[in-house]
Amino acid sequence: MLRLIARRLALGVLVALTVMTLAFLLTRLSGDLAVSIAGPSATQADVEIVRKAYGLDRPLYIQFFAWTGRAMVGDFGQSYFFKDSVANLIQKRLPITLTLGLVGLSLALIISLPLGILAALRENTWIDRSVTMFTMVGQAVPSFWLALILMIVLGLQLGILPISGTGTWQHFVMPGIVLAFTAIPALTRLTRSGMIEAMASDYIRTARAKGLSRARIIFKHALRNAAIPVVSIAAVQLGFMLGGSIVIETVFALHGVGYLGWESIAKNDFPVVQAVVLVLAVFYIGLTLLADILNALLDPRLRTG
Amino acid sequence: MSEPIAIQAPQPSSIGSSRIGTAGFAIGIAIVALVVAAAVVGNALVPQDPFTQDLGNRLKPPFWMEGSQAGHPLGTDQLGRDYLARLVYGARISLLIGIMTVITSGLIGITLGVLGGFFGGRVDDVVLFAITTRLSIPVVLVALAVVGLMGSGLGLVVATLGLLLWDRFAVVARATTMQVRNHDYVSAAWCAGASTSHILIREILPNIASHLAVVATLEMALAILLEAALSFLGLGVPPPLPSWGLMIAEGKDYMFFSPWVIMIPGVALLVLVLGINLVGDGLRNLLGAERLR
Repeated sequence: MLRLIARRLALGVLVALTVMTLAFLLTRLSGDLAVSIAGPSATQADVEIVRKAYGLDRPLYIQFFAWTGRAMVGDFGQSYFFKDSVANLIQKRLPITLTLGLVGLSLALIISLPLGILAALRENTWIDRSVTMFTMVGQAVPSFWLALILMIVLGLQLGILPISGTGTWQHFVMPGIVLAFTAIPALTRLTRSGMIEAMASDYIRTARAKGLSRARIIFKHALRNAAIPVVSIAAVQLGFMLGGSIVIETVFALHGVGYLGWESIAKNDFPVVQAVVLVLAVFYIGLTLLADILNALLDPRLRTG
Repeated sequence: MSEPIAIQAPQPSSIGSSRIGTAGFAIGIAIVALVVAAAVVGNALVPQDPFTQDLGNRLKPPFWMEGSQAGHPLGTDQLGRDYLARLVYGARISLLIGIMTVITSGLIGITLGVLGGFFGGRVDDVVLFAITTRLSIPVVLVALAVVGLMGSGLGLVVATLGLLLWDRFAVVARATTMQVRNHDYVSAAWCAGASTSHILIREILPNIASHLAVVATLEMALAILLEAALSFLGLGVPPPLPSWGLMIAEGKDYMFFSPWVIMIPGVALLVLVLGINLVGDGLRNLLGAERLR
């Protein structure tokens, strides 16, 4: 078990370092950063001043090691646009994205677990088929479009939720629903297939033969086994959701990390872009690691890893 | 190095019953055929031009609403451009992005996956590492950053998405290659003195192609959705090209009073992606590829 965790951890660190390198290279794609920071009206002399001030006159590898070294201890440098340290900015915005992610994941689980179980218990009936159709359509809905539809219906026509902004808990409801929709199809299908597999297994036949009640069989025996993949995938899905929340945060003007990333891309604020890519990647890496550990805890067969 | 967990994640499973599966397959093919037809001949059939502005006729509603105009069955947008003509032209952009992205990402992913699955050992370690790294990169953010830093354009969007969406190709190509590399026909080819490249291209690839076809439909659907999202955020296909995502973005300011400006391109997008996914599910059932890990 410990060996498994240690190996996964080492792999995670290696992946994080690679993403760091890629994030650094990514922001250098635009060519001359000094020119884009200085803006269109800058003279050649202005550009040179900017280049010096931001340390862009140093060789690329020195810039890279300087950034990596400081990023390791949580110092991502200064934002060009917000006039604040990048670490501060992210620290301020992160709780919002995490809240959104957790709201989205909870909603997704609340909807997809019962749906998946129901579809599995009523396999090949109209209920099963409707659930399947629902997941097919859910997979095809563009999330930003769903967001706009919710704004029109819940925000304008029914007037029960705020259309955009960050202030209160109500501001998280619509973005949460939209984010949940990105995970519901996969989670529902997984629950369904897991339950079908579990219900057909030998231990369920034994439980039936022992005369256990149907509810006990479903919830105590079948669900517990079907939940193993769902729990670990839910953790991975949360990682995807945090990374994908940028579109949803932007549509709803919810000031989380994704929105920060979007703003800094628009403003050429590359220290922030680099840091946001890295932070979201690290969350994903951490969550997959967590999923592996959860998996091993729930399923003793995997512990030898 | 063992499998990254996410590999098992986003595999939509097959459709519940074979009856709905066949019907879904037929519906999917019909939808995709319709959109392809619209993209190829649509603008020849629609009399209006998708780019001609007519500021006197702004935001005319579609035919089922009051106040619609005879020449504009789906109404006009905020600059008075014919919505049907723009929608049909947008199909071309979505399909083009979808197909080009699948070709690019397929080349990358299949090459990596087949090499990793076939050679195993160190090669496979590298491939698995690349897949793990790719999965941990937030796609939308990085795609936005690339387009934001390098300037928007159709080609750049395709290149960016192609470089980002190869993970599922690699995962599936790797897993299936591992399954077929020990089959008798591969051993027979070895004994017949075939070269490694011959075996990879002539023996392995044809036998994993059906699985890859299913992945291709999923990736195409994903690429179309992502392009729409990028264009919606203003960092995808540049105006005045009528990408569906861009049409939704341009209609956003008017959606509270004229909801159809976002309904029409949104439904088009949903239906096309649903159609492609139905084709993918149908293919999966047809080819018996559902037991894929």
